[in-house]
Amino acid sequence: MDTAIEVTGLVVRRGKRAVLDGFSCSVPRGSVTGLLGPSGSGKTTLMRTVVGVQKVVAGTVTVLGVPAGAPALRSKIGYLTQAPSVYADLTVRENARYFASLHRLGKDAADQALETVGLTGAAGQLVADLSGGQRSRASLACAIVSRPELLVLDEPTVGQDPVLRDELWAHFRRMAADGATVLVSSHVMDEANRCDRLLLIREGVLIADDTPAAVKKSAGSDDLDQAFLNLIRAHEAVAA
Amino acid sequence: MIMLSTIRRILTQLRHDPRTIALIVVVPTLLITLIYFMYDGQPRVFDRIALTMLGIFPFITMFLITSIAMLRERTSGTLERLFTTPVGKLDLLFGYGIAFGGAAAVQAAVAAGFAYGVLGMRAAGGLGLVVLIAVANAVLGVALGLLCSAFARTEFQAVQFMPLVVAPQLLLCGLFVPREAMTGWLQAISDVLPMSYSVQALTEVGQHADPTGTMWRDLGVVLGAIIVALAVGAATLRRRTE
Repeated sequence: MDTAIEVTGLVVRRGKRAVLDGFSCSVPRGSVTGLLGPSGSGKTTLMRTVVGVQKVVAGTVTVLGVPAGAPALRSKIGYLTQAPSVYADLTVRENARYFASLHRLGKDAADQALETVGLTGAAGQLVADLSGGQRSRASLACAIVSRPELLVLDEPTVGQDPVLRDELWAHFRRMAADGATVLVSSHVMDEANRCDRLLLIREGVLIADDTPAAVKKSAGSDDLDQAFLNLIRAHEAVAA
Repeated sequence: MIMLSTIRRILTQLRHDPRTIALIVVVPTLLITLIYFMYDGQPRVFDRIALTMLGIFPFITMFLITSIAMLRERTSGTLERLFTTPVGKLDLLFGYGIAFGGAAAVQAAVAAGFAYGVLGMRAAGGLGLVVLIAVANAVLGVALGLLCSAFARTEFQAVQFMPLVVAPQLLLCGLFVPREAMTGWLQAISDVLPMSYSVQALTEVGQHADPTGTMWRDLGVVLGAIIVALAVGAATLRRRTE
């Protein structure tokens, strides 16, 4: 089994609007897959569906061989929401230890996760007293603390220092090398270059699903920004 | 295991907020002192009102604290994230119930101990039963707070549920007008409000040296109300949302 996520004919409505309308895609195991697209394109909705917290109108979503949201997945998934979802009135360490304890892991796992996101020095600080970037790293620590088989990260590097961003990406690559699957949304194109595969999504429609090199080739541009623009225009021309 | 660490997490959050702890512990004691001076020279009246208030304070405090805490879990995304982990609904419901129930026990014990030791309040049945009923009331407040948080989108809305849930119970529990003296439809409403039973149970403890059958029945009704509120509250905790 080499597919981590298989989405077929997914329909999701929020209010009256169909955010995803017959969306299909697949994500290979052991890869870092970038989910790219403008704000409001359906990235977060797709991620919420994969982790099993989104109500779905139609379609199937299979994650690690079972339907998304199945209880068996709860110990195998790490999810980072876009807004940092940690307890502001706990210290960084207390947050990491709580989320570790949900997976029956101890303080070593928590300390290690904090080390990975570079927050060891701030471990004793209340999350409420942290900068925005530190807060989202605290949130990331709680997502990776269980060393999940599937890591779903909604914009993990926004507002981060470039050096740290580089380290975080190196860490995602290491996790994938160890067999984990990483699905990461971003709107920074230089990050897209570090993915094994890219999913470009716009207004709930999949515009590209390929390796970064192949995306650039098919769009006839070495610059990913330009490549995406070309693909979107080509897509619109077909639609019209 | 998950429930225990959830209890610890909730209590740690509380511990980082010393001002809230101070308010929880000190305010009921201050208000009971106020009542003591209002009814200076009427010890029987003070006994009755102080006993009733000892049941009502933990209910109000825990209702407010829980509805805001749970609303924060819902709006900050932590609840959504928890639902992607092995946390069960019962871990959360009982986690909050036990953590805040414990805080309420401290609150009730301090207020009751002060009323008894310093202000001379007397309850024939002893302080242990007073604190027990107060804690049951507090857990009822937690359960209703969890439930009401589902109907609030903002903290502004959440606090507005306090008068809606608390005021009718306070007015109709028999503190202001004896329940028997109320007109039929008011009495009928009073009959379905759980606080009427906890206040009656406290009155029984005030008058009888040994726990009475009425007291146990009243306590049973309060426990039943807790279970119903928790069950409905559990139904509002959805792993999948729109």
